[in-house]
Amino acid sequence: MSKTGVNEVLSKGGFSFDLCRRNAMLQQQGAKLPKYRKTGTTIVGLIFKDGVILGADTRATEGEIVCDKNCEKIHYLAPNISCCGAGTAADTENVTDMISSQLTLHRYATGRVSRVVTALTMLKSHLFGYQGQVSAALVLGGVDVTGPHLHAVYPHGSTDTLPFATMGSGSLAAMSVFESRYKEDLTRDEGMEIVSAAICAGIFNDLGSGSNVDLCIITKEGKEYLRNYQQPNPRSYTRSKGYDFKNGHTAVLSTNITQLRQHVQVLEGDAMEEE
Amino acid sequence: MRWESYNGGHEASEEEKQVYVGRSLMASSRPFTLMPTPGGPITHTQHPYVTGTSVLGLKYKDGVLIAADTAGSYGSTTRYKSVERLKQISNNTVLGATGEISDFQALTQLLDRLIVTDAMWDDGNNLGPLDIHNFLTRVMYNRRNKFDPLWNSLILGGVKNGVKYLGSVSMIGVHFVDQHIATGFGIHLAQPIFRSEWKENMTLEEGRKLLEKALLVLFYRDRSAINKIQIANITEDGVRISQPYALKPTWNFKAFKNPSSATPGTW
Repeated sequence: MSKTGVNEVLSKGGFSFDLCRRNAMLQQQGAKLPKYRKTGTTIVGLIFKDGVILGADTRATEGEIVCDKNCEKIHYLAPNISCCGAGTAADTENVTDMISSQLTLHRYATGRVSRVVTALTMLKSHLFGYQGQVSAALVLGGVDVTGPHLHAVYPHGSTDTLPFATMGSGSLAAMSVFESRYKEDLTRDEGMEIVSAAICAGIFNDLGSGSNVDLCIITKEGKEYLRNYQQPNPRSYTRSKGYDFKNGHTAVLSTNITQLRQHVQVLEGDAMEEE
Repeated sequence: MRWESYNGGHEASEEEKQVYVGRSLMASSRPFTLMPTPGGPITHTQHPYVTGTSVLGLKYKDGVLIAADTAGSYGSTTRYKSVERLKQISNNTVLGATGEISDFQALTQLLDRLIVTDAMWDDGNNLGPLDIHNFLTRVMYNRRNKFDPLWNSLILGGVKNGVKYLGSVSMIGVHFVDQHIATGFGIHLAQPIFRSEWKENMTLEEGRKLLEKALLVLFYRDRSAINKIQIANITEDGVRISQPYALKPTWNFKAFKNPSSATPGTW
């Protein structure tokens, strides 16, 4: 363990911009930056009479390819708080995981149920510190002692507190559904209907969103996570006989078995050196 | 009609070039030049100045409905609030345009000459919406090939001999026909609504309500849209473009009154 000198300054964390100039120069000379996995995405949140409903699609894209047809975009933050994430998949996953751990520690320290504003403040101060380099756009929703809350968090660290919110590339399609159908004091079923209609608008009208609809309904009684609540894009053809290849379908021409594990003979000394 | 009327510029004679040389040398930093610099590149207008936002169209039982708001934006300000972006072209066609208003006005003048010439033939047949759509496609595509586009997305709707027609042409010449069409921001905000709620053989009232629903969403979410709209109704009997009227937005949600009560200091 090295001893830190009196004059040595400990690193303060936050984004280190040291390599940015070198990366920009390399890019100018023709080096290609690695493509990151984006979530494309339509994510939405809606406050109804008794709580919050969060919805998300399930497509993850890497450039023009769909790399995951059924990913999970609704992340766990606390037993009463969930967060949908759009933007770079790694950023949304890790930021929500980190804040989820911090919230657990906070619950142990305070002995109370987590509040949505706590998660909000942790997320926004983290994202602001990284000046937008952490590309995570989140829809945060939950119910705590003060009631149901819904917030939209942007990658640079600003937040919006709204009765209905949409984020991601499909946000305009989803917002058109919300703006034309939202009313106050929706029932649970009406809310679920509007949220899934909004996600379906994103799925069918935005190329970055697709596959299935996930829902998460949070009330003061608890959280209900409906994974693949709707599957409007089923595989159109599956072979009725199934894919079952019995032994003997392919002719075996020759067999050669190689032992992969070599038997080691210990001639002198101990079999394993230990320090 | 001379071909030169359709294209963006005309060939300069020698004395014209002499007169303009001095000016175009000075004008190298402007976004456009009147005459090309001799030996230099031709630079045409590449940005729009006064623009109109979305136009929406859909077919219903008796004909075609086209709607647009009446705003002319100058960059980020709403400079003109009574711009008619829907124009009757012949007795059975209406043209609506998104984008540069001056280019739209040039197009309507061009179409006017086309329709008058066609009427002068007096042969018992008149140009229908399909013909005008094809004509517009050729004009837009040829201008684009000269790198001097008419900066518009157009929606053309009409009825001829009982056949309802609704088509669209973009700035670069992409054209197609459909049962419901939107341009500008309407592509992102209105098309999803049309795709899930439009049905065949809607009544006039249902069609109007659907258009107004989409226009209200556009008013909420498009910064260049205003509350004043016009709807054009084209049927076999003719064209009726309504007077501009206002939509009724809802701003009084309880949740909008004090949104940051739980998070003081933010919004």
